[in-house]
Amino acid sequence: MVGKPTNAFSTLERYIVKKRFYSVFAIIMLLFCTTVAYAEGGGFIDKFHHNFIADARWKYLADGLLITLQISVVAVLIGIVGGFLIAILRSTFDTIEKKNIFTKSINWILKAYITVIRGTPAVIQLMIIYFVVFASTNIDKVTAAFISFGINSSAYIAEIVRSGIMSVDAGQFEAGRSLGFSHAGTMWHFILPQAFKNILPALGNEFIVLVKETSIAGYIGIVDLTKGGDIIRSRTYEAFLPLIAVALIYLVIVMFLTMLVGKLERRLKTDGK
Amino acid sequence: MENNKPMIHVEGLCKSFGKNNVLNGVDIDIEKGEVLVIIGPSGCGKSTFLRCLNRLEEPTAGKIFLDGTEITSPKTNINQQRQKMMMVFQHFNLFPHKTILQNLTLAPIKLKNMPKAEAEEKAMKILERIGMKDKADAYPSQLSGGQKQRVAIGRALAMDPEVILFDEPTSALDPEMVGEVLEVMKELAKSGITMICVTHEMGFAREVASNIVFFDNGVVAEKGAPQEVLNNPQNERLQNFLAKVLI
Repeated sequence: MVGKPTNAFSTLERYIVKKRFYSVFAIIMLLFCTTVAYAEGGGFIDKFHHNFIADARWKYLADGLLITLQISVVAVLIGIVGGFLIAILRSTFDTIEKKNIFTKSINWILKAYITVIRGTPAVIQLMIIYFVVFASTNIDKVTAAFISFGINSSAYIAEIVRSGIMSVDAGQFEAGRSLGFSHAGTMWHFILPQAFKNILPALGNEFIVLVKETSIAGYIGIVDLTKGGDIIRSRTYEAFLPLIAVALIYLVIVMFLTMLVGKLERRLKTDGK
Repeated sequence: MENNKPMIHVEGLCKSFGKNNVLNGVDIDIEKGEVLVIIGPSGCGKSTFLRCLNRLEEPTAGKIFLDGTEITSPKTNINQQRQKMMMVFQHFNLFPHKTILQNLTLAPIKLKNMPKAEAEEKAMKILERIGMKDKADAYPSQLSGGQKQRVAIGRALAMDPEVILFDEPTSALDPEMVGEVLEVMKELAKSGITMICVTHEMGFAREVASNIVFFDNGVVAEKGAPQEVLNNPQNERLQNFLAKVLI
């Protein structure tokens, strides 16, 4: 009896959340169309045709979107792996009793890494990676972007994960170790799952930032979504439609991402509440 | 006694945190099947002593032997030795993201390579023994304090340890829940497992302990059978302590 009203409520709640997601999107589209209709004074269909249909210009957006998604996904993966690794090393070397030259120097290097990556603009890092670090090699631009955005993201994710590890009660670590689990085993089975749950909202935030951050890829000549829209603008001499379209596509990606993270969050809620 | 090696042999155990010397040379032998209750004023080092026994705290000096193996030696695989010596914590420290059953089965499955079905069958037997069978699929947040501590004891039992260390197992509980945990501990004591308990439950100590040690200033100030220590204390500090504790 006790469980039922809660269930009914959460279904209702989920329904409202879902509704809200679609209704927000609908309102944005409506706003877009009315703005366009007013601004263009009736020539909307012509303009739309001119900007997106003629010469298959929509392909700039479609191909750009694909590149943007590619860079985002690969960079997120590099960022997660790198970030978790750095965070685990940092929190381990920060808490162990027996510190030595080795652990201290690794810790120092990691701190310096995070400081430098977070302390310089991503667009400068991207250009340094492509024009300086890999200048002598024949590296693919998109590969350079994978590396650059991955490195950038790993520094932020490292600090998010470290905060998550520190948020788990020290007793959990002692419980794992006292059962006979190794340091790594305790991390893997007990600390990281709880830390991950705690940091999910912050991680979602970082993913959103990263997706939008990739819009600077044009600086090294990658035709991503932003650059694609910009190319259309330079062809048609019209800024309004291509830019608004690009903005909308980013918005939809981010909303989709938000929904996914929200779903995962609800799924990981296992404490029976 | 064909083998007069004690279950746990401690010699010259010292532990300091910076300039603060908590343990100043503890020597003690604990026999197999013994129920040793450690009492003492707050800050006397009794919890630190317990945590040094399984090296949750690294001792500053001294040696600890568990069943003849020196666990303070750097060559010893401490993870393996800890499997023989479980610990029950004041704040339970159950794994909140795992069900009660998983709390009991995870360590045997991962560390002893026990098949899942076997581990679960064994865990259910333990849960029945501690009266928690109907909560097997619940999560720790759905349990009361007393139930959590009973599950924590069950989690320790699931590893078939030689020794269980209890670090003030009833101190964080509401008064009406202390009894159910002590009942489980009494039942364990009868089963012949070696137990070392830091506790303030004098009734439990009197009834169940084979020996009581009184810690003061990081050393064993007095040790003996419950009747001797509680009824006829020799040490002045112990007399003071008991006057405050036994109303």
